[in-house]
Amino acid sequence: MSNTNQMSPNKVGNLIMGTPRVGYTGYIEKELHHDYGGDTVFGFWIYILSDCVLFATLFAVFAVLQNNFAGTIEARDLFELDYVLAETGLLLTSSFTFGLAVLSANHKSMRGLVGWLMVTFGLGAGFLYMEINEFIHFTHEGAAAWSSGAWSAFYALIGTHGLHVFAGMLWMLVLFGLLFKEGLSENNIVRLMCLSLFWHFLDIIWICVFSFVYLMGVL
Amino acid sequence: MSTNRTIVTEADPIFGRLTLDSIPFEDPIIMTTFTVVAIGGLGLVGSILYFGKLKYLWEEWFTSVDHKKIGIMYVIVAMIMLFRGFSDALLMRSQQAVAVASESGAGYLPPEHYDQIFTAHGVIMIFFVAMPLIVGLMNIVVPLQIGARDVAFPFLNSLSFWLFVSGALLMNISLFVGEFAATGWLAYPPLSGIEYSPWVGVDYWLWALQISGIGTLLTGVNFVVTILRMRAPGMTLMKMPVFTWTSFCANVLIVVAFPILTVSLTLLTLDRYIGTHFFTGDMGGNQMMYVNLIWAWGHPEVYILILPAFGVFSEITATFSRKRLFGYTSLIWATICIMLMSFVVWLHHFFTMGAGANVNAFFGVATMIISIPTGVKIFNWLFTMYKGQVEFSAPMWWTVSFFLTFTIGGMTGVMLAIPAADFVLHNSLFLVAHFHNVIIGGSLFGYFAGITYWWPKATGFTLDETLGKWACGLWTVGFFMAFMPLYILGFMGMTRRLNYYDNPVWNNWLLVAGAGALIVLCAIAVQFYQMFASIRDQKSNRDWTGDPWNARTLEWATSSPPPFYNFALLPEVRDRDHWTDMKELGLAYKRPSKYQRIHMPKNTWAGIVIGGISLVLGFAMVWWIWWLAILSGVAMLGAWIIYAFQDDKDYYVEVDQIEAIEKKHFSNLGRVGESVTEDLESDAVTISV
Repeated sequence: MSNTNQMSPNKVGNLIMGTPRVGYTGYIEKELHHDYGGDTVFGFWIYILSDCVLFATLFAVFAVLQNNFAGTIEARDLFELDYVLAETGLLLTSSFTFGLAVLSANHKSMRGLVGWLMVTFGLGAGFLYMEINEFIHFTHEGAAAWSSGAWSAFYALIGTHGLHVFAGMLWMLVLFGLLFKEGLSENNIVRLMCLSLFWHFLDIIWICVFSFVYLMGVL
Repeated sequence: MSTNRTIVTEADPIFGRLTLDSIPFEDPIIMTTFTVVAIGGLGLVGSILYFGKLKYLWEEWFTSVDHKKIGIMYVIVAMIMLFRGFSDALLMRSQQAVAVASESGAGYLPPEHYDQIFTAHGVIMIFFVAMPLIVGLMNIVVPLQIGARDVAFPFLNSLSFWLFVSGALLMNISLFVGEFAATGWLAYPPLSGIEYSPWVGVDYWLWALQISGIGTLLTGVNFVVTILRMRAPGMTLMKMPVFTWTSFCANVLIVVAFPILTVSLTLLTLDRYIGTHFFTGDMGGNQMMYVNLIWAWGHPEVYILILPAFGVFSEITATFSRKRLFGYTSLIWATICIMLMSFVVWLHHFFTMGAGANVNAFFGVATMIISIPTGVKIFNWLFTMYKGQVEFSAPMWWTVSFFLTFTIGGMTGVMLAIPAADFVLHNSLFLVAHFHNVIIGGSLFGYFAGITYWWPKATGFTLDETLGKWACGLWTVGFFMAFMPLYILGFMGMTRRLNYYDNPVWNNWLLVAGAGALIVLCAIAVQFYQMFASIRDQKSNRDWTGDPWNARTLEWATSSPPPFYNFALLPEVRDRDHWTDMKELGLAYKRPSKYQRIHMPKNTWAGIVIGGISLVLGFAMVWWIWWLAILSGVAMLGAWIIYAFQDDKDYYVEVDQIEAIEKKHFSNLGRVGESVTEDLESDAVTISV
């Protein structure tokens, strides 16, 4: 194996790999089309992975600080599960309607896609409205982000989720524009798939929020 | 700086906290630096405009999505920042050399300035030197090593780079407008809280790191996808070159660890800006949580820095020993073990916090265990050299110097991993010596080795060998002289970050360390001269073959510098040392009979524009200029949306253009040596160098 460059071209194959197949040139003659859309969706999965770590960190922060009310009003005196359940209902339904939007896209139905996306947008807006209302209400009751460690952690976790929902809604608006411009192009389908991943991911995060923050908070 | 300055707490609606008083006119060191930088900057901009190069720079470099060009730009920015970071080091070494009570009193740097210097030194060296050097090398090499035409997301790659540049610029602006953090490079609260750091220093730190950190996160996503999905046909995971493998593990670590940094920085920002209580001493905040969070990112970060360096050494050792790498599989698994274990050792950075004996024992043992796969690698390299025809070229000098230096640093790391010993050594100069020992002797030597090794690939000509060996020798001697005394001083009880001390016994060793720093200065000067001289003499150092070292992996199969599309035809790989395999089969340097058109991404303005606006956003947030912050935030989003609506993001390179470029390459091949059978008309050109 030493001094490879002095090897004569007559020698076929190195010690480990043996003789190559007949016609092996070291390069491919006919390049297949690369699946760029697949790269994007896979990349988005990797991004979701990093976002998972982001939320995991915020959950850890919440776990550390959740009882540090330091004399401020406590969570169990403020949380109203009915209200949060309604919020949860809105978000879960929006995930379902997003699914319907993707189905419409699969059936090449532009009207169905745009319609269901609009419904999803509306449900998301309703969720955000309820969440902001809750924040304002809590702040008036003496549970602001700057009140105590526990409340800081609460707002950081739920606020980050809310920001993600807001970002998803902005993305929907941009997607409307792109759909209007390009129709159901290959690129737009990829964008729709990524947004769909994002939206369902937020749903899963919310289920964790509901269980660990609200349900365990009133226990 | 904050001592003699009025700190604005009420933000002006137009200028926020920014006043004329924010510029440290009274500090001669800063003002001299500012004058030099201003003249140099004006000279640079002026000469670019004078020679009419702005259009060229904009079209060929700033808007480029070519991974090779982006990689080169990363390395250039890193070298500039190395210059600044090392100036900080010289300031500290000279301050400590004179600031002993019985000699000359308090030295020449007041404490608030000295504190900013050691903070800036750490931040610059880690975030703006080591990170861009390694990201730059990955950019240049990884797509070539896996036979790809670019990274998976070329626009994101450009954006990552410009976000990093924005972070670096913001950090440098702090030198002249306001102040930098005086907290140490990781800005522990409560010192970094608003109460003890009321002015802008910590805010500069927060936003510079936040912006460049997001750029790094995007890089991580980009390279994970690139390596997993864009490898040439036949290149299975266990046929990937080692540098690609170690880069892959580093990028997985980036994807998983950097979100923790993002959160930690954001929470500290909230504490400072809206008065939350995450890390405060009162109202239910938890300061120890910050230390845990920042090191849960920080420890994987040191492996992000070192793993690719291990990859560099693997490539170099195999190439210059003229042997297949010894124990490839074990080396890959060792890398994966380190990648996974890097998440369960973070607490060794603060054994003294008081987490309890059992917790400390767990993390101490985990830290000792993680040294085992690292040790495995040392043996991989040693056995690769064993019975090899070792050629001691400049990259090999760096490698051998690394074996020696890094092993010592690793041993002192194992010493620090013993919690009981750490209680004595914590925060002492022993620790400072240890981490410089592994970061300089491990990571930095690796990057220098990598730059020397891949320089011809990126530029088309080799670096001067003799000067390279001088640089390595001076660095090695300088390093040992500068840092071995610090181990001793640590045992003598000297703690880190002292700008003044009253124990005259320490002074002798600090003088030795200062002399060592001067030798390192010579080494860096030689390095810059080496680059200058090699660029000047490039005609005589030209690499016509694309394979100046008789190397083994795929990146050497294309010309130097590679055409923008990297490979005219994508390689089909059957061995992990693909290029060696090709040479042995006599298939190397053969001209294909016909080409196909190639799909390539177009350059884009979006990366530099969005990155540039992020600098404005960071500056506005630091100085509480809220209107500007909102405006620039909206502008970034708007630019992104405009980019999303843009149509022509890619194009096809036509066959005749490819043929012209390839013809030139194959005629260049003919210029090498005398044993060349050249027949441009036929499609069989065989060359043995």
